[in-house]
Order: sequence, then structure tokens, then C-alpha cells
Amino acid sequence: MDFTVLIDFLPLILKGLWYTIVLLILSCIFGFILAIPIGLVQVTGPKPLAWLAGAFCTVIRGTPLLIQLYILYYGLGSLFPQIPWIRHSFMWPVLREGFFYAALAFTLSFAGYEGAVMKGAFASVPKGELEAARAFGMSPFTVLRRIWLPRAFRIVLPTLGGETILQLKATPIAALVTVVELYGAAGQIFRSTLDFFPPMLMVAVIYFALTFLITRLFNFVERQVPQR
Amino acid sequence: MNWLDLLAWNPPGWGKNLFFGAISTLQISFLAYLLGLLIGLLGARGKLSGGKLTRRLLDWYTTIVRSVPELLLIVILYYTGTQGLNSLMESFGYGPVRINGFIAAVAVLGVVQGAYSTEVLRGAINAIPVGQIEAAKAYGMSPLLLLRRITLPAMLPYAIPGLSNLWLNATKDSALISVVGYLELTKITQQGAGFTKWYFTFYTAAAAIYLAISLVSLQGFGMLDRYVRRGQPKVR
Repeated sequence: MDFTVLIDFLPLILKGLWYTIVLLILSCIFGFILAIPIGLVQVTGPKPLAWLAGAFCTVIRGTPLLIQLYILYYGLGSLFPQIPWIRHSFMWPVLREGFFYAALAFTLSFAGYEGAVMKGAFASVPKGELEAARAFGMSPFTVLRRIWLPRAFRIVLPTLGGETILQLKATPIAALVTVVELYGAAGQIFRSTLDFFPPMLMVAVIYFALTFLITRLFNFVERQVPQR
Repeated sequence: MNWLDLLAWNPPGWGKNLFFGAISTLQISFLAYLLGLLIGLLGARGKLSGGKLTRRLLDWYTTIVRSVPELLLIVILYYTGTQGLNSLMESFGYGPVRINGFIAAVAVLGVVQGAYSTEVLRGAINAIPVGQIEAAKAYGMSPLLLLRRITLPAMLPYAIPGLSNLWLNATKDSALISVVGYLELTKITQQGAGFTKWYFTFYTAAAAIYLAISLVSLQGFGMLDRYVRRGQPKVR
């Protein structure tokens, strides 16, 4: 076990760290944006839409992320090249990369888990507050923007840090579809040095540190938001 | 060949293989879950009533396992276990042994599950009103009898939601075992998909099987939850 060899691979490790962070931030932000309508239609939406959103959450939460990623990467990925206009579109260089499929799978996964959480949050905003807002003559959209969403967000905030950490811990799966994020970088270092423990233990420590940072970050954000 | 032929029971269909893959997934998940519960029970006991060193070690165990990605943990534990065992055999003058993939998978997943179980069970035991434990002690119950008669049944209502999540995680995390090459549902699906090139069909079929396992499990835990809460006042 010789940890000094890792110094030669510093650029690779930093690149991996960058990809991990980008994957995490992209999937959390877009996943959360998707989760808002998914949660909302389950509380107020028309029946078929509510059912569809509920089914989406159940499927995402009831199947392994790895399988979801493989469906997108191998399934969609083997379908796309057969469709000429996709093949010749400007998006093709992106659609050829594992990164796109990993980002898509993680986003949908986060949307599924958060969608279920947001449903509960929207449902637990006190009815009186929404009625008061309507009594003020707010349009449904204004009620959502000014009252319902901020209150629901305040309710999920304490759980959001934990969900983000769970999402971080899902990112190494991207390495299985050729994305060189942290774990992928560790795999590359292992294959070129044939020494297993230095790269793997190092990325484990980095993940540990990232978890710690995320916890701190969310604690900080939570303190900035007024309690009541 | 259409997709129905591909998923047919008999070869050239892959139905039989997928079925046994699912059985294998269930076996690994179930045994890992049990191992996790055992570790969790001991861990929770250690965290609640152990010495300073025990508590510190258990804190490290649960914190590290819960903050490092499962995939990375599985690979590291698998590698450590197989290498460690082989160097142990070597020091006794034997040649390297072939590690049984099934046992390795269960052990690795079980150690991961154990950390989460420890926290779930610790929380549940903490939620038991102190008076109940004290009353049992006042009756002169031995620690084992106390555990069997009071602690376990009294903590179950608090533990079931967490334990239900853990079981679902166990079945889903078992898919990660495929990266170390053990033939469970995900690995067999990969083989089938790669062999026939019907990726969409195979992975969707696997997803359907995992989903079925999850839905049936949720029903089961719902029933269990109602059973352990019998006699308790209804919420709301």
C-alpha cells in the first residue's frame, strides 16, 4: 500500500471530483424542479395525472437505480443510433456519452424520491393558510408561488440534506456507464497501478468529507430560513 | 423473435434464468437483511449500554458505512475480504482459496445493512418508555428474558417503518453485487441483454421483477405493522 503514487494522478482525481459534484448538483436541482409538479398534482391535480405521478414515484422508488440507469443507457442508448435524425442532430455528441444518461437517470431518481416527499409537504401545509391566501384574492398560481411552495419547502428542508447525501452516494454508479467520476477515477488508477487500496480508500475519504460538507451546508441554509 | 419469446420460460427464452436470478436476489437480500439485523441488535445494545470504547467504535462503524457510497463499500469489503482470507490461508501454508460468491455477497451486504439497522433499532429501543424497562427489571427478569418479552415487542412498532425501508434497500442494493460478478438478477439480466441485444426488453423485465418484489414487501410490512401495533391506540 503506497499512497504516494496518488500524487501522479492528482489531475485525474480532481477531474473525477468535478464530475461527481456536477452530477450531484445537476440531478438535485433538476430533480427537485421536477419533483414540485409531481408532488403537487398528487395533492390537487386531476385523478389521472395524480395517478400517473404516484405511479412514477412508486416505480422509481421500487426499482434499483442501477437498473434504471441500464434501461436508459443500454435501452435508449441502443435505440437512438437507429433513428437518423437523432444521429445527425447537434445533440448527438451529448447523447453518445454515458454522462448524459447518468445525469438523466439521477435526475429522474431524485424527482421520484423527492416527488413523494413533496406530496407529503404540500399536503401538510395548513389548509387555513391557503384559504386565507385565496380570500385575499390571490390567483392559484400566486397562492402556489407566495404561500404553498415556500411553506412546503420549509417543511422538506430538514430532510433535503439527507436526500442530497443519499444522492451523492448513488453517483458512483455512473462509473458503470463509463463516466469517470470519483469512483471511475479510482478504478482507472487501480487498473494502471494494480494497487487496490490507495485509490479506493482515498475516494472513500473524499466521499466522507463531501457528506460532512453537505451536512454543514444544509445546517447553515436551515439557520438562514426563518423558523415560523 | 419477439419479446415474449425472449422472456419465455424455456430456452431460448430467458424466463427461467431471470426467475432463478430473482430467487438468488431474494436469497442474498434476505440473508444479508438477517445478518444486518443481528449486527444491528448487537450494535444498538452496544451503543445504548456498552462501554466508552464500544460506543466509539460503533459510532465510527455506523458513521463511515452510512457516509460512503454502497457501491464503493461493496467493492472495498469484497476485495478486503477475499484478499484478507487468502493472505490468512497463505500464512497457514495453504494455497489461495476460491471465495464462495454467495457468502461474500451476503457478508458484504450484511455489514452495510448492519450499520443502518443499528441506528434504526437504537432509535426504536430509545423510544420505549423507560418505565416499562424498569418495571421488567423490578420483576427480576434476566436481561435475555427482558429482551425477549419487553424490549423486542415494545420497540417493534417504532422499528417497523425503518426496517421496512431497510429491507427495500437490501433488495435494491443487492443489484450492486452484480459488479463483483455474482449471478443475481441484475447480472443475469446483463448477460441476457448483452447476448440477445434486446437491452430494453431485458432491463424493463428486471425492473418489473424488482418492482413486484418491492410492492409485495410493502404489503407484507403493512400487515406486520398492523400486527405489532395491535392493542395500541389508533393514531388520529
